[in-house]
Amino acid sequence: MSFIADPVNFIANWLTTVLTGWGASASLIQIILFVIGAGLLSLGPLLLTILLIWVERKIGGRFQDRLGPNRLGPWGIIQPIADMLKIFTKELITPTGADKVPYNLAPILAAGSVIAVWAVIPLASTVYGVNINIGAVYILAFGALGELGFIMAGLGSNNKFALLGGFRVVANLLSYEVPMILILLVPVMFSGSLGMNDIALSQTVWNVFLAPLAAIIFFITLIAENARAPFDLIEADSEIVAGFNVEYSGLKFGFFYVADFLHSVTAALVFSTLFLGGWRGPGAETYPILGFIYLVIKAAIIYFAILHIRFSIPRFRIDQMMSFNWKFLTPLSMMVLVTTALLNKLVPGDLTLVRVAVMWAANLVLWVAADQIVKRVVKKQAVPEVAQPRPLARPPQVGTNDILGG
Amino acid sequence: MLNDWLYLAIFLVLCFALPAMAIGIAGILSPKKSDPIKNSIYECGPEPVGESRIQFKVQYYVYGLIFLVFDVEAVLLFPWAVAYSQLPLYAVLEAILFIAILAGGLFYAWRAGALEWQ
Amino acid sequence: MTAVKLIFLMTAVVILGSAVAVVSARKIIHAALWLVLTLLGVAVMFALLESSFFAVVQVLVYIGAISILIIFAVMLSRSSFVDEGSQTHRRWWIAAIGLLVIFVAWVAVLSLWPQWSVTSTPLPATATDLATLGKQLVDPNAYLLPFELSSILLVTALVGAIFTAMERKGDQP
Repeated sequence: MSFIADPVNFIANWLTTVLTGWGASASLIQIILFVIGAGLLSLGPLLLTILLIWVERKIGGRFQDRLGPNRLGPWGIIQPIADMLKIFTKELITPTGADKVPYNLAPILAAGSVIAVWAVIPLASTVYGVNINIGAVYILAFGALGELGFIMAGLGSNNKFALLGGFRVVANLLSYEVPMILILLVPVMFSGSLGMNDIALSQTVWNVFLAPLAAIIFFITLIAENARAPFDLIEADSEIVAGFNVEYSGLKFGFFYVADFLHSVTAALVFSTLFLGGWRGPGAETYPILGFIYLVIKAAIIYFAILHIRFSIPRFRIDQMMSFNWKFLTPLSMMVLVTTALLNKLVPGDLTLVRVAVMWAANLVLWVAADQIVKRVVKKQAVPEVAQPRPLARPPQVGTNDILGG
Repeated sequence: MLNDWLYLAIFLVLCFALPAMAIGIAGILSPKKSDPIKNSIYECGPEPVGESRIQFKVQYYVYGLIFLVFDVEAVLLFPWAVAYSQLPLYAVLEAILFIAILAGGLFYAWRAGALEWQ
Repeated sequence: MTAVKLIFLMTAVVILGSAVAVVSARKIIHAALWLVLTLLGVAVMFALLESSFFAVVQVLVYIGAISILIIFAVMLSRSSFVDEGSQTHRRWWIAAIGLLVIFVAWVAVLSLWPQWSVTSTPLPATATDLATLGKQLVDPNAYLLPFELSSILLVTALVGAIFTAMERKGDQP
């Protein structure tokens, strides 16, 4: 095993030999390696956030026809570091009447639960935290812990807007978990394991080719779970100011911010692993570093898609969001699950091309049917227009005393 | 298996300890000049009115209940999905029956108007 | 395996302590939050028993769904943030003595039972295999009927919950 092909395991092996030479026992070496690995893997996402903030601000700037950060360093790349240093010295204001323990625990829970997900994501064929046999459910479970963090922030802040944001967690995060869990069963079904590395390993054909509709639904629910626009009801600034984090300042707010930015890149990694083959690609088995590069490319594309949607589509109303989830996504994901389970059993697995063709046809039929039904229903329930929009924004009777008229 | 959990335990402790430590450091570095106006809760400028712990709509609770039912359902389906490739066709049909019964529940909720946002 | 025992004991103390806090917390919303810690401790117990699936499901269902619902149910009442005063009865020590007597009596009776102490045997490798559980769930000779019945039970719960929670015509607005 050479350094270039698999640097992480090369260093781990080297450390093991060095420590054995010093006379350390096998279990002690194991624990030392675990602590180093866990330390790097939990610190990595936090440091990555600094880069992500710059990337997102820069891309967001371009989308909105401005430059984004451009003063500090080349292309403003030092800006987030300066921001980070500044936020450390900002006062931590605790509002009067706040419930101290939930108030202070909430940002830690929110940020920690996102980082926790990284333990099960396979970064390359040999590099992952753990390939525990319940990885997929583990991701869901820590998503749920993060939701609890948002609710605790809403409860603890002693603020009406924060509490409203906390309530909206149910509308925004809990509800969209239903289609997400149902769709998560599809890749699990294909690979026969809940372990994330097993799921990546089993994708000789990427799951997105076998279940395109499932991938789309999963992508939508991921955005909703991240509370990203257009699904950012819990922190809708124009409705409830900033939602659950309105009373937070300094680094306590900073960690909600970190959780928000990390969420989208974590979601991109999870999506790439579940549906785009993870680290799989030509030569990735023999050279794990290639697998890491493939994963980064795939995740970057998904991340960019999430950003593109965030900066392009306005926020949904709460009733639209609930209807979209319960009356469209949930029934559709049930249908997708049932159809995929049945067809995958009926079509022999060794004919890859036939399998892919049948799956695509079934998904297409499902999509067209769902689309037609929604169009009919929407036409039936169409709200009549209140008034015709006026072409010009000026009072109709200019020159009379009735200035306010019209 | 316990080895995996040992790693996870170390990792999870670090996950929650790192933000906690960072906030602790920020608490030492940051100024502490509290005054009642600064600490008062934010309500878009005006002084806070009434109690801030408002009662919420029962609607949220109904959605929560529906979510709970589907959550438990999915937990029962995960072992089935893992065993899927080793199962005969009738076992798949059984699981589909399981999902269909729950779809009936969703249909009831729909007809009862529990999915309408008021 | 002293490390495992140590973690077990620590977790047990956390579970018991937070369970006591659930019933003695002065604000009802705090009781709900203590319950979360208790349930988290139970998840750690499952992990110690090498039952990963149930450890994670414990977090997903009990913390992610049930305790969030409990928090919301608690918030349905306006007094959930109000300090309710002491939760202990004036003569709580009588109950404590009674419980202690019952506990000692139980342990005494159980220790007379020959099967009270058994040495634990390591689980076979297939015991933690999820696929086995999945096959058993849909096997007509095993747990097919409970599996399907649980679906009906869930739907019954859903229908009942909606029926009680929804405002019907003729009710007070």
